[in-house]
Amino acid sequence: MLDALRALNGPQTMGNGRAFWSAFGIVLLLAVAYPLAFDPYDVGNTAYFLIWIFCALGLSLMWGYTGILSFGQMAFFGVAGYGYGVISINLSAAGGTTLLALAAAVGISAAFAAVLGYFMIYGRVGGVFFGIVTFATTLALAAFMGQTAGPEWAIGRARFNGYNGMGGMPPLELPWFGPPIPLEGTVLYYTVLALLLLTYLGLRWLVNGRFGNVLVAIREDPLRAELLGYDVRRYQLAVFVLGSSLAALSGGLYTAWGQFITPAIMGLPSAAMPIIWVAFSGRGDLTATLVGTFVLLLSFQALTVYSQQYALILMGLILLVTVLFVPSGFVAGLGQWLSGERSRPAAARMRRSNPERKLS
Amino acid sequence: MTVILEVRALHKHFGGAKVLVDVDLAIAAGEIHCLIGPNGAGKSTLFKVMVGTYEPSAGTVMFLGEDVTTRKPFERVRRGMSIKMQVPSIFRELPVRQNLVIALQQRLPKHRIDAEAQRLMAMLELQAQAHQTASRLSHGQQQWLEIGMALALQPRLLLLDEPTAGMSPEETFRTGELIQGLNREGMTVLVVEHDMAFIRQIAQRVTVLHLGRVFAQDSIGAIVTDPRVAEIYLGKSHVE
Repeated sequence: MLDALRALNGPQTMGNGRAFWSAFGIVLLLAVAYPLAFDPYDVGNTAYFLIWIFCALGLSLMWGYTGILSFGQMAFFGVAGYGYGVISINLSAAGGTTLLALAAAVGISAAFAAVLGYFMIYGRVGGVFFGIVTFATTLALAAFMGQTAGPEWAIGRARFNGYNGMGGMPPLELPWFGPPIPLEGTVLYYTVLALLLLTYLGLRWLVNGRFGNVLVAIREDPLRAELLGYDVRRYQLAVFVLGSSLAALSGGLYTAWGQFITPAIMGLPSAAMPIIWVAFSGRGDLTATLVGTFVLLLSFQALTVYSQQYALILMGLILLVTVLFVPSGFVAGLGQWLSGERSRPAAARMRRSNPERKLS
Repeated sequence: MTVILEVRALHKHFGGAKVLVDVDLAIAAGEIHCLIGPNGAGKSTLFKVMVGTYEPSAGTVMFLGEDVTTRKPFERVRRGMSIKMQVPSIFRELPVRQNLVIALQQRLPKHRIDAEAQRLMAMLELQAQAHQTASRLSHGQQQWLEIGMALALQPRLLLLDEPTAGMSPEETFRTGELIQGLNREGMTVLVVEHDMAFIRQIAQRVTVLHLGRVFAQDSIGAIVTDPRVAEIYLGKSHVE
């Protein structure tokens, strides 16, 4: 048990001490107890926020830890969202197969990431060009899905409906003896919370182990990493597929949650959001990304009630201020300040790490 | 003589610039071989072709009897080649110890990494800086750290490109002693260097490159007294 906990700590994450894990335990307890005090509508809404965090964690892994700036999180999110719709609508008669549809949707999106990533990484597309290609892919997908309004654009019983979006997919269900249990409201919240906990701890274990050491080595100096005998491109591809799959998980869960998806999810404002969340939070740390993304999502929704346009402008402003004044991220900076670790190597590394360095 | 690394009829052109022209060079197992030559002779380019970061325009690179010309750098490293670059190439924003651990985990299981990292840091006199960010080391210490990372792989062949650049005379001498110690333990070392005092200290055999060609190859004693070598370094009129 102690060994397992030790494997979650290391130089690649903030918060490795007793104080951090005590606070973590308290927050987790509060999160578990939260549905008892609030009505199911609020709980379902909170589940919606948690759903997006997978996408942000995936980007933190790629951008903050490995130096790969992917602007394509929403492309993989969208592919899995539509994938879930197509599969679940066509399988709905079978009942209890929605979890299978979710897994398949994530798998399809991961395969797409593997193909796109292979051609980019082995084609030596690096630095800012990686961002441009992934961004263009996202917008191309959005444009493509936008022109699927005609009845000919359907797979089986699932119609794409162009900009009107695809709807009518079933919510997630847990197969059980007797009728399946629908994963909605509070049950969905607990499911997403458990998945998020597993993902967060799993990523902490990954980045603090041998694999994580290689990732940060690649971020710092890809050529040196290769000259230590590491197959840098294979690692980059693995991280790209893993990070994109987390966006896909968000996409599948999102579509199951709202039973609706439109091409706008892959549009320009949407595609920029994960970058803003992760930059604001602190791309070089998983905990900062988790906390910061949740806070931003909550604030964004609160603002959207008054005006969506102003909320978007504020998001742009946040990105600008972050890049200019706190490039290591607000939440990460706060975390370092709280733990008195301002002189820690990780702080310096996040201030200075240059994601545009590439293998020559 | 067992040859560990050999380049045959090697050419490297950058557009119209012929940087390496028909270079043949064999490094014997167990020797300290120094590669010298004036600026622009093609030494660093030859190193990069050997390690695989440059593809040759023509010719072959043989390592441990195998043609590795088309092998990627990481494949050559895994076969027993290790390099220290001309400009210190370390993970600057990571702690010193982590720099070594990243290199060590390539060949060692987890439970042996700690002890080996300690041993290397003691050898490189970097224990006090173990948890310090590598960029905060002095230039000489950064050079040593990179040598340590190259050694962490326990290579059969160690390639050092100007390992003493920017070091004080004392650090340079200690680096020489370190290399000689490694050589006594059986490591083959190929060094590119400008500092003739350092070359005199360590070299067993010297190859002189000039304008991309092998100009001379002999023992250090013969090379330093060769007037042709002095001429390419200092100019004809100066020698006369």
